[in-house]
Amino acid sequence: MAILLAFAAGVVLASYAGFREFLPGLIEGAWVTVQITVLGAMLAVVAALIAALAKMYGPWPLRWLAIAYIEIFRGTSALVQLFWLFFVLPHFGIVLEPLTVAVLGLGLNVGAYGAEVVRGAIQAVPRGQWEASTALNMSRASALSRIILPQALVAMIPPWGNLFVELLKATALVSLITLGDLAFRAQQMNQTTLRTVDIFSIVLVIYLCLALVLSQSMRALERWAARGIARGRVA
Amino acid sequence: MLWDWNYTFEILPELARAALVTIEATLIGFILAATLGLALAILRMAKNPAISISATVFVEFIRSTPLLIQIFFLFFVFPHFGITLSGFTAGVLALGVHYGAYCSEVYRAGFENIPRSQWEAALALNLGIVDTFRSIIIPQAIPPVIPALGNYLIALFKETPLLSAIAVLELMQTAKILGSESFRYTEPITLVGLFFLVMSLVSAALVRLVETWLGRVGRRV
Repeated sequence: MAILLAFAAGVVLASYAGFREFLPGLIEGAWVTVQITVLGAMLAVVAALIAALAKMYGPWPLRWLAIAYIEIFRGTSALVQLFWLFFVLPHFGIVLEPLTVAVLGLGLNVGAYGAEVVRGAIQAVPRGQWEASTALNMSRASALSRIILPQALVAMIPPWGNLFVELLKATALVSLITLGDLAFRAQQMNQTTLRTVDIFSIVLVIYLCLALVLSQSMRALERWAARGIARGRVA
Repeated sequence: MLWDWNYTFEILPELARAALVTIEATLIGFILAATLGLALAILRMAKNPAISISATVFVEFIRSTPLLIQIFFLFFVFPHFGITLSGFTAGVLALGVHYGAYCSEVYRAGFENIPRSQWEAALALNLGIVDTFRSIIIPQAIPPVIPALGNYLIALFKETPLLSAIAVLELMQTAKILGSESFRYTEPITLVGLFFLVMSLVSAALVRLVETWLGRVGRRV
């Protein structure tokens, strides 16, 4: 599947006349896109872990805070969140760089979805693992960090892969808060050259390639993390 | 003064009008997505590999590229091929195609859950492909996946602010214009956020209701 898509992408790219003209500028934009994706993904993972653990095991104030965070960020649009951080926060005296807004907005947005992924993965660890930890006289905290989480982390890699692709696609939104990412460069070039067909086709292909690289690396990570883990349950 | 209630009530009617455009775009877009998704799911099951592979590539391509770029593509590129779409049409079409690709995966899961024997029984009864799908497969495949489709309806609803990028006067664009007129962004953008939050919480609850209802109906059969 991936090979097929990459081949199609290659053919489209190679046959383009506007390819040489537009690619350097677009690659610069793509670099910004990659930066936001990577930083946003790191923030998302941290936010998701904290929010999920707070929701599941925290004392009630933390639990309610985590639930509020998850529901607010999942319940409103990513674009609304970006605009809120970009246009409304300055009224409260907090002026953020567009790049900070992008990473913060998208990272927290994906983190809210990720929190549910983390929660699902932790709950999917068999109860017997908790019971065995108790039998071994482990505290809840060390059972969680040494027994449950390592198993849950392996299980949550595939859904995180999907979320990271969603994050990559969502980075196109940051062009609307004046950040010079791939989508922004495309619009800028479109306005100056009017070579609309060429530019937007190349942009689509670049996003496709980035998404393929991302999903393939997540699949490699999945295989790497699953090595040594017995498949199926011991009878 | 961080929050101005007078200004809030002043802009509320205009935001309410814009909310109607948002809801309209959501509903038309989702009808399109549900129909296109079903068609794509059926095409992916075609025996002819040319059809099934091109449907698969199409779905993967749409799913791996940003919706915003697809909206731009329909709005800016199609006119070069002689197809000029209004902002609303291009936006709704892009939403429909994008979520159609997602919905096709949902339908595919529904189809894969139909036992093989149903296909064989339809064959034994000498039903044609159209009758098999219409009277045997689809009535069994669709109801279990309705909650998943409902979740995509909510997701599509939350993506409608992207239409503001091609100047459709939906909620986000209206809020931005109101903000730039008065230099007060706090109220309009917060209200838009609240609107989305309330709407998606309510619709998520509705989806859960449908889910339990379907579960009960399913057990009775």
